[in-house]
Amino acid sequence: MAELIVEEKGKKGGKRRPKKHSTRIDMTPMVDLMCLLITFFMLTTAFSKPKVMVITMPEKNNSDQLKNAPQIAAIRTLNILLTGEDRVYYYMGMADPKKPPLPTLEKSDFSKDGIRKVLLLRNRDLFTKIAQYRDDRVKGKFVVADTTAENEIKKLKKEDRKGPIVLIKADKLAKYKDIVNIIDEMAICNIASYAIVDMSPVEADMLKTAPK
Amino acid sequence: MPKIKAPARSPHIDMTPMVDLFSVLLIFLLLTASFRPSEVTPIEAPNSVSEKQAPDHDIMTILISKDSLVFFNIDNGADTTTHFRSKLLEKMGEQYKITFTPKELEKFGKLATFGMPIKDMKAWLNATESKERDKYQKGVPTDSTDNQLAWWVRMARLTNLSAEVALKADAETPYMVVKKVMDLLQDNKVNKFNLVTNLMKEEVKISDLPPAQ
Repeated sequence: MAELIVEEKGKKGGKRRPKKHSTRIDMTPMVDLMCLLITFFMLTTAFSKPKVMVITMPEKNNSDQLKNAPQIAAIRTLNILLTGEDRVYYYMGMADPKKPPLPTLEKSDFSKDGIRKVLLLRNRDLFTKIAQYRDDRVKGKFVVADTTAENEIKKLKKEDRKGPIVLIKADKLAKYKDIVNIIDEMAICNIASYAIVDMSPVEADMLKTAPK
Repeated sequence: MPKIKAPARSPHIDMTPMVDLFSVLLIFLLLTASFRPSEVTPIEAPNSVSEKQAPDHDIMTILISKDSLVFFNIDNGADTTTHFRSKLLEKMGEQYKITFTPKELEKFGKLATFGMPIKDMKAWLNATESKERDKYQKGVPTDSTDNQLAWWVRMARLTNLSAEVALKADAETPYMVVKKVMDLLQDNKVNKFNLVTNLMKEEVKISDLPPAQ
């Protein structure tokens, strides 16, 4: 696209004039480059933000809270034991050495049909309610702001009396990703109440004898 | 009669205004772009479905590498006049009886993630080449006898009152190491953590529910 400089051939012979150069500069390459740079910056700036998962832990060593610690029903308690290598064990109820027999550990994993199925099965009611609410909102049956929808879902979770109370326990072999994965499953399955707690020695023993 | 000739129009378009506009845009984007700072250690964050974005300021980041080294980072705050980093280092200096020169404080304000015992801080700040600097990055000590990370967190909380905590740990880090750091944070009254993760979409629909038993 460079400009052609057509030289005027000497008409009438006569005086020789110095060649006239065009004063214009071809800006096309510069514009091309700028377009590229702008696209590059626009794309990179938007994507560089990392995502975060927010968890709030109960305050430690708070004697007030300890006194009023919620008593949870053993029937609703689902204990999940993590021990690395993608192995997940779970049992319902409580492992109390004073009240034998001890519950047996069920083996599971992080796949789609693993622990998620277990959680969904037990959290069926609440999950259906929340999923229904989200579906209706997406389909446009009602229009509410994001925060309102979030509060509504929170309310549904708070009112739930049937779903499991999940206690997550990790031992020394567990990796950080196991914890993140399991908290993620809680979010996917819309579990209302879950907590990360320390593993008791009884449970550690149970893990030792559990099938690999 | 001679024909009136329309003056031969050049097919060129004047691009000057376009170039002007582009220049302005380019300079704007260049200045606002926050480049991903070079990480001290490669960290492969675990995946999650969370779509929440990390806040871009008032955040202290604790990085935990695969080999359980701990690094610390805090930003200067939303306002350029706050200089949280320099103030933090000054406080740490008082705590550990090390005096930092104004020049060193200023330099610390411009750097990012660090992880070294406080006694190596001066050497790190005065290193001129980035390669030389990198060899000091051996992780912040977290053992119970000399828990410098706890002091960094405490002082950072005092310096920037609204700072949130982000934990960025490698997926393969043993959970016990992360737990130790979380316990330490809870001792300093931090009960809300932002776990940095990579987004991986996953959804369960009502139709995917397993049949009732």
